Amino acid sequence: MSTSTPSSADPSSQSEITTHPLPCGMTVLVQPMPWLRTAAFTLSLRSGIQTEPDNRAGLASMVCEMVQRGAGSFSSRDLVAMQDNLGMDRNSGVSTATSSFGAAMPSESFGEALNLYADIVRRPHLPADQIEDARMMMIQELRAIEDEPTQRVMKRVRELHYGSRLGRGNQGTMESLAAINSDDIRQFYQANYHAGGAILTVAGRVEADTVVQLAQEAFGDWRTEDVDDAPLPSGAPVYEHIQAASSQTHIAFAFPSIPYGHPDYFAMRAGIGILSDGMSSRLFDRVREKRGLCYTVSASCHSLINAGGVFGYAGTTPARAQETLDVTLGEIRNLPSDLEQSELDRWKVRIESGLIMEQESSASRASSLASDFYQIGRAMPTAELSGIIEALTLDDVKGYWEKHPPSDYRIVTLGPEKLNV
Amino acid sequence: MPKFQQATLANGLRIVAETDPRNYSMSLGYFVQAGSRNELDPQSGLSHFLEHMMFKGTQRRSAEDVNRELDELGGQSNAYTSEEQTVYYATVLPKFQDRIVDLLTDMMSPILDGDEFETERNVILEEIAKYEDQPPFGGFERAMEIYFSPRGLGRRVLGTSESIEAMTAERMRDYFNQRYRPENIVLAASGNVDFDALVAEIDQRTASWADRVATETLPADDADSIPEGIELSNRVATPDAVQAYCIQIGNGPSSASSQRHAARLLASILGDEGGSRFFWDLIDTGRAEVATCWPQEFSDRGAWFNYLVCVPDDLESNQRFMREIIHNVVEKGVTKEELEQAINKTAAGYIMQSERPSNRLFSIGSRWLIHNEYVDLDQSLTNIRSVDQAAIAEVAETYLSEEPTEILAC
Repeated sequence: MSTSTPSSADPSSQSEITTHPLPCGMTVLVQPMPWLRTAAFTLSLRSGIQTEPDNRAGLASMVCEMVQRGAGSFSSRDLVAMQDNLGMDRNSGVSTATSSFGAAMPSESFGEALNLYADIVRRPHLPADQIEDARMMMIQELRAIEDEPTQRVMKRVRELHYGSRLGRGNQGTMESLAAINSDDIRQFYQANYHAGGAILTVAGRVEADTVVQLAQEAFGDWRTEDVDDAPLPSGAPVYEHIQAASSQTHIAFAFPSIPYGHPDYFAMRAGIGILSDGMSSRLFDRVREKRGLCYTVSASCHSLINAGGVFGYAGTTPARAQETLDVTLGEIRNLPSDLEQSELDRWKVRIESGLIMEQESSASRASSLASDFYQIGRAMPTAELSGIIEALTLDDVKGYWEKHPPSDYRIVTLGPEKLNV
Repeated sequence: MPKFQQATLANGLRIVAETDPRNYSMSLGYFVQAGSRNELDPQSGLSHFLEHMMFKGTQRRSAEDVNRELDELGGQSNAYTSEEQTVYYATVLPKFQDRIVDLLTDMMSPILDGDEFETERNVILEEIAKYEDQPPFGGFERAMEIYFSPRGLGRRVLGTSESIEAMTAERMRDYFNQRYRPENIVLAASGNVDFDALVAEIDQRTASWADRVATETLPADDADSIPEGIELSNRVATPDAVQAYCIQIGNGPSSASSQRHAARLLASILGDEGGSRFFWDLIDTGRAEVATCWPQEFSDRGAWFNYLVCVPDDLESNQRFMREIIHNVVEKGVTKEELEQAINKTAAGYIMQSERPSNRLFSIGSRWLIHNEYVDLDQSLTNIRSVDQAAIAEVAETYLSEEPTEILAC
């Protein structure tokens, strides 16, 4: 195989990313992609789970839902009708640090779409008579997770990994949801929906000047506030078993790692790629293909601004569960002992191909820009990332994993029997 | 503009492509008419099991080589099996065209090694166990089995634990020879593809595929019996579920029917995730976790699904809501505004999807495999935009006036 990586045909040269801090505190990032028919944006506010009061878990998601139930001069139904007629494929969601609203659409809809979202985040009605409906919606989500063993163990291992403050899910609990009232919603909205720390990223068939002008008109006079630093993680190593009469034993595990933006991040990330990206990756090959132990096994990296983790999952019938856990953790432990250049090369081609193919999707670029800017405080141009990946050596990867062997595992299993951990 | 090209080789294998040199990637896929509806009882689950085994080595490559080379090409590659087809596909950078063509084509002549077969049997059994733990706990398979009978379209794609445990590599080889003949296969490509180079290469590489001959003669299934491992009760047992899962299945248009466009729009108006009639009455109010519907098209028949998930205590009242909403649309049709909204949303979705060659591949390949027909983006948009209120009313009347078959998992 060829060991060089395809970075010479750098498509990003046609689409320079520009960064525009608005006086109100919001930062606008634009990446024109004139070869597309679409435009996409991500609007990210600093109103994530970590800003919720301790006893109001789920509040950030509840407010994210409530702001979309009528805004400006539009009812909830008007909003949806307009979004549909503009052809917007939309999404919204709450993470540890942010609430995000995004959409992809035919590019001619962009201006109107942005104004609609300015109404949603700046002029929501927060109708008191719909709080019960929104609460019921969230309770449905909580119940849904209870019936999904994979989600259940992954949610739990995340709580154990980052601790109750940073690790908790966005859905809250039955108790915390029951406690949320209209004052909580109004106060949370007032305190956390503003231009301070807000990020608007736009990619696709747009021009930077036009976008900045539209953003200035829509958000220029939005009030701003300081945003608090993220709380510290507080997880600890632990094994927890959830008893269930399931067909498979569902195994989730996590161990501490470094966040995106750390100088060693890509050396660490490459190791996880070698373990789990693709059909020739070690976990897929050695746990599934060679031993037939399971259908699903994987590991991936996750980053908060001040902490990170490697998270993994395997699902297997109870008789094979102990062996699956042992083999999986063994492969992770032994990673640096027999690394091969070809494994790193394959991972590099995969990442490089992904970067080039990202040029086919405005939505994917808009969301990458937003998460890069939040994590490292600036846009990461494709060419720069490509350069970092290309320069990575096998010694970098080996060195990182030898110096930082996985430890302090948090493990959660769900199934008919406990495992030996 | 994307350009459509097609060729049929002397051995019967068909090649289709929608090429566009402006794309950053290319997608390639083998579409094979081998699905669960082609299986007999002793072959149950074989199309899907075979799909797994196609990654397990050829005369020129070991199983490891196949997976490693797929990863070396850096793209996205995978396979899936349905009731009517098995598809092997990859999306890569255009500079890898020759290598991905070589690799996928080689994979289409597997050795089907006995030891690999035994290991992979466990993976399939794990896959079956995985779905047993996932909502709605086999409810959709049960609905298909009851509605279409557990054979033909109603045969479950994964097979049953019993059928997989009883399977032999010998039977798989025979099934392969029966189904993977060139006349049952379409090679589709999309994006930045060199079509002429593709045809020349495939012509030379697939000449021997016409020599594949099946030898085993299996008796016809006994239609009065129920295949092993299959239950036909309308209740699916779920020991620990906290939600109730209700699946309804009835008649729908086939993928050949001109009513399919109206049916898709009707499903959008009734059951889309945001802004449909089910959404406003059942989801926005928090009455249900899921309330949706969709038409499922097969080559010669179709089905219409309604799907409701909620707290068990609310099941009855929510079922009543859904019934009333459906009854109302059969009686009164849809409004002009609703239809316009659904058309705008659907058309924008088609346009956005078409930006990625990997999305176009599946509609081009499947359509050509089953109907020998190519529908470009503009034609798809015209089909959607020309649906009127009368067409929706006719579809609602035709497919939604009869009581559907209902399956409950709770």
